[in-house]
Amino acid sequence: MKKLTLEELPSKAKEIRRDIIRMLAEAGSGHPGGSLSAADILTVLYFHLMNHDPANPKWPDRDRLILSKGHGAPVLYAALAHAGYFPAEKLLTLRKLGSPLQGHPDMRRLPGLEASTGSLGQGLSIGIGYALARRLDKKSYFTYVILSDGETNEGQTWEAAAAAAHHKVDHLIAVLDYNKFQLDDSVKKICDMEPMAEKWRSFNWHVEEIDGHNLHQIAAALREAQEVQGKPCMIIAHTVKGKGVSFMENNNHFHGVAPTKEEAERALRELV
Amino acid sequence: MEKKLGPATRDAYGQTLVELGKDNPNVVVLDADLSKSTKTAAFGEKYPERFFNMGIQEADMVGVAAGLAAAGKIPFVSSFACFLVCKSYDQLRMAVAFPELNVKIVTSHGGISVGEDGASQQSIEDVALMTSLPGFAVMVPSDAVQTRALVHEAARHVGPVYIRTGRPKTPVIYPEKTSFQIGKGVRLREGKDVTLIANGLLVFEALAASEQLKAEGIEASVVDLHTVKPLDRKLLLEEAARTHAFVVSEEHQIWGGLGSAVARLISEEQPVVMEFVAIQDTYSESGAPDQLMEKYGLTAPYIVKRAKRAVARKGRVSV
Ligand SMILES: Cc1ncc(C[n+]2csc(CCOP(=O)(O)OP(=O)(O)O)c2C)c(N)n1
Repeated sequence: MKKLTLEELPSKAKEIRRDIIRMLAEAGSGHPGGSLSAADILTVLYFHLMNHDPANPKWPDRDRLILSKGHGAPVLYAALAHAGYFPAEKLLTLRKLGSPLQGHPDMRRLPGLEASTGSLGQGLSIGIGYALARRLDKKSYFTYVILSDGETNEGQTWEAAAAAAHHKVDHLIAVLDYNKFQLDDSVKKICDMEPMAEKWRSFNWHVEEIDGHNLHQIAAALREAQEVQGKPCMIIAHTVKGKGVSFMENNNHFHGVAPTKEEAERALRELV
Repeated sequence: MEKKLGPATRDAYGQTLVELGKDNPNVVVLDADLSKSTKTAAFGEKYPERFFNMGIQEADMVGVAAGLAAAGKIPFVSSFACFLVCKSYDQLRMAVAFPELNVKIVTSHGGISVGEDGASQQSIEDVALMTSLPGFAVMVPSDAVQTRALVHEAARHVGPVYIRTGRPKTPVIYPEKTSFQIGKGVRLREGKDVTLIANGLLVFEALAASEQLKAEGIEASVVDLHTVKPLDRKLLLEEAARTHAFVVSEEHQIWGGLGSAVARLISEEQPVVMEFVAIQDTYSESGAPDQLMEKYGLTAPYIVKRAKRAVARKGRVSV
């Protein structure tokens, strides 16, 4: 797929955000906050960095992306639609009976999905599986796993952290969408995971910390991670839940509540 | 049949927890970052020192509950049914069931009536898994009144208990303050031709089906079998002796749920013709709850169809 330049990315990120708002308002349910916080990360990956071919979703050499935080499905669907995996009109079928755009990713139903997720904490392990298969198959693709901070509560995340380092799994790049909120409240209040970066470093990961809404920093961190050998990489992206819509930013009401039609209009007026 | 919607069974659970907290200082509550959805948040606000929001770590939460129970507390442990049961199954087995500890697992979002969130958040396996654990009492209440009573019963019962609640508003079946016992089903209608056995949301559907059947000259018993384990043997055998035909309906995977449990008991003790209404070995999907119940065959017309088949088969098979 033809890649966009860094200069072209901001308008793409905005289009993705607009689609997130539109599709969630139409669906009447879903998760705006964690979709918006990951929008810049997915924009850089799908339009600037990843090797993939929407016309051939099963191309064996494609880079893989696993959205471990499956409730963020809208941002992934918007990215896939913009990349050309399916017509953009389909976005408005989100969560409706019979739609391939399930509330959480169902890899049987939509080309371009590399994992079925929605039970938090499982994506990193699946990513290790892809990365080990890559090594066996002597291919050069990368596996990207998008994690939420809430997922670092889960034991399986840390089992995967230990296993990936122990098996010297490279070409595995995790990006933590560190928006500081989970469902009931902030991560700090529910299950504080600080010091986050030190945890991953102590598990022998290559760790970078960036502003997850700075497209240049995201791209630079991913490029650096691609060069790392013999180690998995964790990019801790500091993000803002609800980023891009003033009244959704750091407002955890919009964790799992879709915007009303009126709220959606207000949001779209901001996203121009 | 008129469908009067009452509170969701999860709402009834949340309110009952607050009552329990007042009556019994040993009651403690654990949740895994879903307290607004499971409705344990109300307890947390009232009794913050006895409420532990563990974060998204269901397995750890069940282990912690086991320790609390071993130390004499009565932990109520909640999350969505799929996550709590599936992520913590070894802890439920090893830390709770095996030592026979007094832990109460009360989940929300049972079944496919979860709706738009889709298959990953819907629990269709929990009754099979939980009835497999020795010593666990397993319940699927049908409305808010019954939920409240059974949660109180669970607190009184010594030993591990599983209760599945649901997300949507639920048709009212019982008058306020009706009492229920663990392991004792309720005969809601008495008929001679076929017995419609159900739990959870399917109880209302079974009642609706019985009215349709009546209009067509088939008299059906309706049994609310809220407790899957232990089964109400006496009630089932009475029904078997009278109608010789059962339709068992549940919002659950057909392998290993209420239907399997009833079939085992009946085939050993008093075989009758049996038909089943359940999810046919598949995952569901996103959609409005009512659309999904219809698509996956869990509404009154499906029960009617099965009941007619059962009655017809009864005429052919000698039992
Ligand atoms: C194992 C598991 N437990 C609980 C849930 C319910 N749930 C959905 S989103 C969420 C928390 C979201 O917080 P976070 O994971 O940090 O995501 P973000 O803030 O990026 O949206 C929870 C608890 C789930 N999907 N999986």
